[in-house]
Amino acid sequence: MNSSNLLSITTFIYGLAAFLYIAAMVFKKPLILKPATWTAITGCAVNAAGISMRWIESYKLGIGHAPLTNLYESLIFFALVIVLLYLIIEHKYKYNLLGAFITPLACLAMAYASLSPNINDRIQPLIPALQSNWLIAHVVACFIGYAAFAISFGISLAYLLKKKQGSKNFFNHFPDADILHELNHQLIIFGFLFLTIGIITGAVWANSAWGRYWGWDPKETWSLVTWFVYATLLHARMTRGWTGKRIALLSMVGFLAVLFTYFGVNYLPGLHSYGVLEKTISP
Amino acid sequence: MNKNNKNSKNVINRLWSFFVSVKLTVFLLLTLAATSIIGTFIPQNQSPAAYISTYGETVYRIFSFIDIFDMYQSWWFRCLLLLLVINIIICSMDKLSSVWKIVFVKNPKFNISRFRNLSLKKEFVTSSATEALLDKYKKDISKNFKYIKVNKTAKGFCLFAEKGRWTRLGVYIVHFSVLLLLLGGLVGSIFGFEGYINITEGETKQIIRLKTAGEVYKLNFGIRCDFFKVSFYDSGAPKEYRSGLTLIEQDKPVLQQDIKVNVPLRYKGINIFQSSYGSVPPRYAALNFLSNESGMQYHEKAEFGQEINLPENSGKLIIKKFTRSSNFMGHNMGEAFLATLILKDKSPVEIILPARFPNFDKMRKGALIISANSPPYYTGLQVTHDPGVWLVYSGFIAMIIGCCITFFMSHQSICLEVTRKGKKNIVMVAGTANKNRLGMKNKINKLAKRFETI
Ligand code: HEM
Repeated sequence: MNSSNLLSITTFIYGLAAFLYIAAMVFKKPLILKPATWTAITGCAVNAAGISMRWIESYKLGIGHAPLTNLYESLIFFALVIVLLYLIIEHKYKYNLLGAFITPLACLAMAYASLSPNINDRIQPLIPALQSNWLIAHVVACFIGYAAFAISFGISLAYLLKKKQGSKNFFNHFPDADILHELNHQLIIFGFLFLTIGIITGAVWANSAWGRYWGWDPKETWSLVTWFVYATLLHARMTRGWTGKRIALLSMVGFLAVLFTYFGVNYLPGLHSYGVLEKTISP
Repeated sequence: MNKNNKNSKNVINRLWSFFVSVKLTVFLLLTLAATSIIGTFIPQNQSPAAYISTYGETVYRIFSFIDIFDMYQSWWFRCLLLLLVINIIICSMDKLSSVWKIVFVKNPKFNISRFRNLSLKKEFVTSSATEALLDKYKKDISKNFKYIKVNKTAKGFCLFAEKGRWTRLGVYIVHFSVLLLLLGGLVGSIFGFEGYINITEGETKQIIRLKTAGEVYKLNFGIRCDFFKVSFYDSGAPKEYRSGLTLIEQDKPVLQQDIKVNVPLRYKGINIFQSSYGSVPPRYAALNFLSNESGMQYHEKAEFGQEINLPENSGKLIIKKFTRSSNFMGHNMGEAFLATLILKDKSPVEIILPARFPNFDKMRKGALIISANSPPYYTGLQVTHDPGVWLVYSGFIAMIIGCCITFFMSHQSICLEVTRKGKKNIVMVAGTANKNRLGMKNKINKLAKRFETI
């Protein structure tokens, strides 16, 4: 059993958890929710085991480093944090139906990591620009933030659907709209704090690697755009006229900005700094 | 005169109410987000020729007129930031005076009827004696709350407690940190510089090229590159770039240090970073020959295109050219000399002499193992000076601390009212917080439950 096997299995476990949560919601069978939660917990454990294995394997290859250094590794870490954070919320507030909106995101992230032909899942040695402890802090903070925003996206979707459908159908098992709104806010401030830390650690890393903390490269700029969107959201709550609905929409726009920062930027002209550095530094 | 005065007051009032509003903040933040995107789709700071070939002459003229090609330094982008700064300052001035009064009050006043009307409230009945209750409750609450005040009433007592008054200032720390960041950036852009310099191994240089095209800057010291080394993983990916540097002041070496990517050198406010490298195009190849038969080593310089005689009279060699990246069966071999080898009584063969792999030629299984020294490298350094960095870093720290205070701490006050009724006591627990009401509700419920049992 190696890390790739464990991580492939994780994809299926998350898929099963998503299926159970959605089935519980659609067929109004709260009994299924317990197994759904246990499935999610199992997935989380296997996911964590997979990441740890990968870490150990990298040392066995003689190029040991924390598995947080490329798109594949960040995606599997992203999935882990989403489910972990969700399970904590579920445990704390007992709103287990929300899993129907959140576990599919984790499953998608895992599936994309394993199936996309553009993503290399080999364990690679660290190029010089990535040999920095700031990198670890940067990636961990960013992905905790992104995971909180992903969950906020799921909650916003649930909120909008609940508002739209009223109490006619399965959404009346959901928490009240007000509670969803409040929970959403808690996640957004949590995510905002970690995005802030992520951007800051990134800036400090850039300053230690090539002497400038900010260079307006597309990835940096898009993370700032995301930050602006969520800062707007925090302030919009204080102006009248910005109802829960608009806030939920803005949170979803914010998550789209997250996704673009993460994936879309690769299709833009120019590269993220360490890419640029590698380009200029390689003969 | 009077009218004029009134008018100017009116204008000031209007400006004030314009800049005080959070609506403006929402507008500015959204506009900054939207406009920042432009510069990610249109590459910045390229040559006019590149732009003209992509966008055409007319579009190029329009875009460069509104500074689209250097938009983050443009007057309109700076204007947006300036508006944000004024917005933050005015807004903070407006709110801070009233918040200050709340935070630094000597004797906070409590209003029992306000607590009675709260929705976050629990009530229960207990048979313990009033005095005993006061002691117990006070002891319990003082664990969590710093400020406690007890008022005796006709039928019992009221206990007020609160904490976290100062956390109301957290949001001002966040806003102040934004100002620090922008100020730091401004200081850096006015008083700092960013430049580049390429230094060949063995050479000393003092003048750097600045990022702003065409300008140069003379450092107070010289930089000598003692060596440059690059090493690779087996896969061919780069592992380490390392430059040995010596700083020279008035002809004396003052500092000697190796730098790597992520490990820069800092001296008197100047930072030196590893940023690129290359090899100086060679005019000849320095060749080494190892004879399998005699075990002898030979060295020879070979000019391009010139035929040289191999040692031990075994044939001839012509160095054809030098390449930055050679290829052997799909592997990138890096820098190499390409040569034609004409062994005695054999037809000429093409061989590769990669500078990184001196043993490569062993594979040919010839009588001589031929290798070429790598031509001298130059190291590409980025040299920066930014006196605003400490402001920016202070801003970073302030922002994280401010966010933690604002998001996760609050000004909480609670009130316990105990009223005798016959032999029993009625206890009311109520509380408020300026944030996170969901959390406060849980707290009041827990507190009431605990007090019911003690
Ligand atoms: C990039 C700029 C800014 C950032 C990062 C920022 C950040 C924040 C944060 C994190 C909060 C706390 C929100 C919460 O508790 O949910 C906040 C609150 C607030 N901000 Fe800003 N802000 C910025 C600009 C501004 C500006 C320009 C104004 C001017 C009107 C402003 C006015 C306020 C007000 C009035 C509050 C509420 C304070 C309170 O709760 O009493 N902010 N801001």
